This record gives sequence, structure tokens and C-alpha cells, in this order.
Amino acid sequence: MVKMSNQAAPAQIASDATSVLLSELVAHLRQNRTLLREEWVRRITDAEQLTAMTEEEIFAEATSVYDSYVEALETGTLEALQAYARNLSERIIPRGVETDEVVGIVLLLRDVLARSLFAKYHVDFKVLDRILDAYEPAANRIAITVAVGFVQERERVIREQQEAIRELSTPVLQVRERLLILPIIGLIDPHRARQLTEQLLHGIRANRAKVVVIDITGVAAMDANVANHLVLTVEAARLLGATVIVTGLSPEIAQTLVKIGVDLGKMNTVGDLQGGIEEAERLLGFKVFPIRETKTA
Amino acid sequence: MPVPILKQGQTLIASIQAALTDTDLLELRDALLEQVGRYRSRGVIVDVTALDVMDSFSTRTLRDVAHMTRLRGAQTIIVGIQPEVAFAMAQFGLTLEGVPTKLDLEEGLTFLAESAEQQPDE
Repeated sequence: MVKMSNQAAPAQIASDATSVLLSELVAHLRQNRTLLREEWVRRITDAEQLTAMTEEEIFAEATSVYDSYVEALETGTLEALQAYARNLSERIIPRGVETDEVVGIVLLLRDVLARSLFAKYHVDFKVLDRILDAYEPAANRIAITVAVGFVQERERVIREQQEAIRELSTPVLQVRERLLILPIIGLIDPHRARQLTEQLLHGIRANRAKVVVIDITGVAAMDANVANHLVLTVEAARLLGATVIVTGLSPEIAQTLVKIGVDLGKMNTVGDLQGGIEEAERLLGFKVFPIRETKTA
Repeated sequence: MPVPILKQGQTLIASIQAALTDTDLLELRDALLEQVGRYRSRGVIVDVTALDVMDSFSTRTLRDVAHMTRLRGAQTIIVGIQPEVAFAMAQFGLTLEGVPTKLDLEEGLTFLAESAEQQPDE
């Protein structure tokens, strides 16, 4: 009955029957705060968890976790603990603390507290049984909350980084009026190829570009699909009124392009980026020369 | 809906405002071919900025217009193709080969002015 009511109302840890037991439990944990906390820290150190942190830091965090833990047991609400777990994760993830360590220390705390309950109530098995009935579901839910909070924080960081990489991966840069360069570095997968095309075509419109140099020196190889996509991008850019010059084709990519039968009349290619920019300047009617030479001439 | 054709010096400008039916397109073709002769135009600009779809029929018709007007002494260019439309056209192989394309009307006018300047020298 007790367990069922616990499961039926997940936000509320305690039902009426268990709330009395829980408050007794909380009082016990408050009373023995110093002792239990030290025991917990000792076991964390023994288990060689949280090696990335100093002993003082572990003790400070352990104090906060212990207090939030007891508070969650008392109020039955997990919001405060959830917020604390997220905050803690934010601080310790950059220091290389692993998921198993976080789950491990929360389970250690659960064990330490359960042991102290055993020690206190072992004379009366029936009371102990009821106390554990009240304690275990609440403790497990707390452990799950902390673990989920940690993993969620981690995933959030990963998502942010992926987003950052995606944005960095395809810069469209203006180097002269109406001349854009698009340096591509690394592997191109179909998703990135699509994104690249989109950015380039919109970049052409936004900057009113007449010539675009796509430099693929940093791309070692590409499969036939991506190569084909590149050819389509060149074609689409022409429809927008821009000329595309592709530079820095590696021997492998040159082979791929010839194998898929690219119409070379449509593709304007130059050996390296410098040559590409010079060709683009010629098309745009720019002429670049050193100042000194003109003085002597 | 018929496409308005504006005369600007030696250039005709056809500005397509909404999606066209096949009949509208053929009427536009006939009107352009007739007016190129009547006004002795040297250039034709077809502005498709408002179109978010270019199918094979409209692409082929516009290419035909370009080739036909050239036979009657005027160069046709297409301006204002949207980025998404451009990529879709490339994917379907509708590439308007032999027809100059420019970013927008302004670019088109500049291009025609430049080629008009060059011609007397040749």
C-alpha cells in the first residue's frame, strides 16, 4: 500500500502513512549530520571516487549535497535538489568528473544513511522494515534525479558544442567587394554539404557577390555524392549570377570528379587559393601590385 | 495574369509578379518576341524574384525566349532567381545553359550596359 501510493504520486515522496516515519528519519539524519557526513566523505575517498577534486572541495560539496538530500527527504520535492544537481554538474563536468563517479557517490550516501538506520533500529525489525519502506523509494528517486541531472547537463554541453562546431564549420567570408571565399576544412558529410550550399547561396545574395572562391585544400577526399553536390552548388551559384572558382583540389578529389563525369566546361578550377583569388580579381577587374614597384616604374 | 513588360531605353523588362500558368508563359514569350522587333530593343530582362518555383516548362520556355530573342537581335538575361530555387533547378538539371543569369534587376541592367559598350568596338 505504501509503495503503491508512492508510485502513484511521483512528485510527492511521502504519503500520509510514511510522512511520520520520514520526519522521524529526517530528525535522525539532522542529529547525526557531522558524523554521517564524515563517514560518507571517508568512503568516497576510500573508493577513490572524485579524484579530480581536492579533499576540501569534496568535503564542501558533500556538506551541500547532504543538506539538500535531507531536505529533499523532508519536503518530498525534488526541485531544489534538481537545481543543485544541475549547478554541481556545471561546475564539475569541466574538471573531468565522470558519470559513474557522480552516481557512485550518491549511492554511497544512500548506503551510509541506510547503515545508520540499521544501526539505530536493528533491535526492532518491524520498525526498521517500515522505516526502510519509507526511505528506500525516496532515496532511489533522489539518486535517479541527481544522475539524470548530471547526464542532462552533459548533453546540454555537448549540444552547445555541436552547434558551435556547425556554425564554425562553414564561414562565408568577403575578401574584396563582391568577392567571397568559402574555405572548407575537414570531412564533408551530406548534412554539412547541404548546410554549406545554403550558406553559400544566401551569402551570395546578402553580399551581392559576383565571384566566389571555394577552397577545398583542407578536404582530403569526398565521395561521389558529395562531389556531385559540389557540382550542383556551382551550378546553382551561376543561376544567381555568381561565378564559382574551386581551388585546392586534391589528387583524390580530382579522380572522383573525373570518375563521376563532371562537365569541366562548367567548373572553373584553379590550383591553389592564391591562384583562385588572383583569377577572381581578374574577373572583377581588380589589379593588385606592390607599392614600391609603381614608384620606381 | 499577364506579365507587364516595361520599356527602358533599348531594354525590355518583364517583371513576373506571381506564379504563371503555362498559357501566361506562352503569352509572355509571344509578347516579348513581338515587342523586341517593334521597339528595336537590344536587351531583355526577365525578373523572376517573385517566383518560388521554377518547373521544367517555365525553365525551358525562358531558355527558348532567350534563344529566340537573340535571333531577333536582343540578348535576354534572367535575374532574381532565389537561392532555394537555384539549387532545386541545379538538382533537376534545369540549368538554363547559354542564358546569362544575374543576381537582380540592377545587376542585369549593368550587364546589358557593359555589353552594349563593348559591341561597337568589336
